Order: sequence, then structure tokens, then C-alpha cells
Amino acid sequence: MTVQDLVAALRLKVLTGEAALQREVSGGYAADLLSCAMARARAGNVWVTLQAHANVVAVASLLDLAAVIITEGVEPDPAARQKADEEGVVLLSTPQTTYAVVAEMARLGIPAGS
Amino acid sequence: MGAPVVCERLELSTPWLQELRSAEQSSAADFAATTGLGGGHAVAESAREDQAISASRPVVPKSQELVYELKIGEIMTRDPVVVGPDCLMSELKEILRVRRISGVPVVDNGSLVGIISIEDLIVALEKGETSARVGDKMTRQVQTVYADESVIQAVTKFARYGYGRLPVVDRSGRLVGIVTQGDIVRGLLRQLDVQWQEEEIHRYRASHIFEDIESDQTGLVLRYKVTARDFVRGGEASSKLKKALERLGGEPQLVRRVAVAAYEAETNLIIHTDNGGDLIAEVQPDRIRVVALDTGPGIPDVEMALRPGFSTAPDWIRELGFGAGMGLNNIKSCADEMRLESRVGVGTRLEAVFYLPGRREKEAA
Repeated sequence: MTVQDLVAALRLKVLTGEAALQREVSGGYAADLLSCAMARARAGNVWVTLQAHANVVAVASLLDLAAVIITEGVEPDPAARQKADEEGVVLLSTPQTTYAVVAEMARLGIPAGS
Repeated sequence: MGAPVVCERLELSTPWLQELRSAEQSSAADFAATTGLGGGHAVAESAREDQAISASRPVVPKSQELVYELKIGEIMTRDPVVVGPDCLMSELKEILRVRRISGVPVVDNGSLVGIISIEDLIVALEKGETSARVGDKMTRQVQTVYADESVIQAVTKFARYGYGRLPVVDRSGRLVGIVTQGDIVRGLLRQLDVQWQEEEIHRYRASHIFEDIESDQTGLVLRYKVTARDFVRGGEASSKLKKALERLGGEPQLVRRVAVAAYEAETNLIIHTDNGGDLIAEVQPDRIRVVALDTGPGIPDVEMALRPGFSTAPDWIRELGFGAGMGLNNIKSCADEMRLESRVGVGTRLEAVFYLPGRREKEAA
């Protein structure tokens, strides 16, 4: 499943990283603590979080994540968007809760990130 | 024409094209299986080029990226041969034969009115209609692509309609070129070749640094200044370090471990220090040493600080997702060696060492 497929299935809004939507999703990870994401999320994973500041982008870029889904309609600040554009990080947004997004991803057969 | 045989070879020898096809789902289904008749010779050359490229590095993701990056205008054939609607099929036969092409757009008074292909000609020849007008035999519903669209648009249309060629128009509808599947293959290969050569030169220069320079001990020191409370730039130093290590040809798993540790160390400098600090990476032939240095306030109880989940971060920092009390543990689990020294009122020195794969082999031997 590609990021694009996920965007379509979950009706996500693409905020940044339009060019990288064909990337294959290797798994999913959910947490709002950056250190936890740093320790557990793997390259190609989609990270579900309601954090939306520039450091989320830094973590996503360092870990080479396929995308970050920002939940509960939280809008990333301009610095985060700009950084995401520079780093080519895919930021997606949804009004749904983290739980709902994760449940949906599991239903689509996306495994826990590893 | 030898095109069909060439096509088979092309398909067998181009796994990246197959990947491209699966990546684009069905959109590129016939992309490699059928090639414009006129493209035969050049495609044969392309197939050889492609073998040379794919033997030396995986090109799959790049080719996928390129079909989005490259514009149709960059790969199309400019100033294509065109005919008018009053051209006779017998004249068309000569044009196709002499120009070695397999179809032409039909233009009337400067605007595109249709397209006629070698297939239409064969049908007409079978029926003995050599003196029919092109205007009566052409396809009128012409699928076109824009010159400023991505190549993927053309790939998708080729797959959907099964045409051998697509006229290219500008946004005012003026015919500016024609694109065949052969043009796409050639365009992608040319671009891959250019980028590959540029990348190879960079990579070679960087990865041979330790072989080319002789000394008793060679090391490369990368020093990054980290500002306290500057969350907006958080991760910048470790991100730059990661890119530098990739440039140096570092093995991806190792680069990842160093980057995670460096990020946590950088974050600690941002959150906890009075005046920020330095993140220093020393790259040696057998190891990478990452040191985070600051001038205070210092850690009162180092043992406590190393306990998983222990955090002194204030609430506002925790709300940003930091301060989980896992940073030092992350560093420890990523590094092969870790040392933490601190004195209150003086500062803290964190050192994480990562062995390079070569060293382990040597030690085992």
C-alpha cells in the first residue's frame, strides 16, 4: 500500500510532500512523544500523532518515515510546514482521532511498524 | 522492422520498468510491452544502456521519481512531421517510409484535427484505398498531452488508450511536439544517466576520503552549534550529520543509529542547557564518536538521569512531545559505548561511540 492509497482510503488532507506519495508504507506507529517515535518507528512507517511542530518533521526526516498523519485537525505551524517542504517530508492531516486512524490503518492491513 | 524482438529484450532486461509498472498499478501496463514502431533502433540502444546502469546500482525509486519530475516537453520530439487532411494515403505511405515514423498528427489551418497512424495506412492499403484522403481515414478524437505535464500523464494515457504516440500541445492548444513510448524510455534513461554520473562523482570523492589521505590517524570532525530553547531548529544538527554520514558512504543502519543518538543529544542540549552547546561528531576509519558538550547547569544525579522514564523537563516542554525520559536510554541502545559525565555548575559531557562494521570483523579475526 502506498501513501497515496492511504490518503484516498482515509480521506486525508495532504499538507506537504506531494511528490513522495507513491512511496510504499512499511508499517504504522502511533505516539505523541518524540523519543518514543525515535526509538520505535522505522523507515517507511507512517507515524500517527497529534504533535504538529517542526520537531515532528525533524524526527520524520531522520527516520526516513513515509508520512506523518496529524490527528484531531491540529494545524502544523508555518515553521513545521516550511521545514517539511525543505526536507520532502509528507505531512497529512485529518479531523479524526489517533485511535480512529490507527483502527482504520489496521483494517487496511498495515502492520505495526518494525 | 525488428521492434517486437527488441521489445521482448527490453522487457526482460528492465526490472525497473516492471517496478515502474507495478508502482503505477495498471497505468503503465503496456508501457514496455509495446513500443512505437518508429522507436525500434533507439530502444535497442536504450536496452543496452539500461543493463549497464542496473548492474551498478538499483534505479527503481529514481525512475519512479523521474516520471513525476520530468516534463513531457523535455523528452518529446519537437517540430514533428505533420500532414494536412487533404494528403492522400499514398502520399502518407511515402512520408512514413522516408521519415521512418509510424504516425503523424493531422493539422488544418494551424490546429490539430486528427491523427493518422501506420495501422490506419495498412487497413487502407488492404482495401486498396490508396487515393483516399487522410482526413477521411484519420482518428478525430485525439488524445493529447500538455508539454508542461509530468511524463506520468503520458505513461497513463499510453496504458489507457493503447496508442503508439500522443501529440503534445501547449496550453493554447498549439501543436508543439509528439511523444512516443520510445521517447519516454530514452528520456528517463538519459536523465538517470546524468544524475547517476553526478551522484557517483560526489559519492566517490566522499567515500574515498580515508583511502586517499594518508596519516597515522585520520579523522573528520564535524561540529554543530546547538542553541538552547531553539525548538524550531531542533534536529537540524543531527539532520546535517546524518546527511554527511550518508555522503561518506555510511551503511544505512549505522547512519540511522548515529542519527537517532545525535538527535536525542541535540534535543537535550536544546531543552536542558543554560547556553546551548556543541554537538561534535568525529569520524574515524574504525568508529564514529558523537560528543555533546555543554556548560551547565549539569546533572545532579547521573544515575537517576539514566533511569528510563525519569525526566526533569517542565510541563510546557512535555506538551511539545519531549521530556519522555527516554532520550539517554535511546542513545544507550543505539551506541556501542556510552559515557555520561556531569558536574553541577560546570557542565555535561556525553559521549557515544559507534563501531564501524570493519572493526568488528577485525576483532573477530
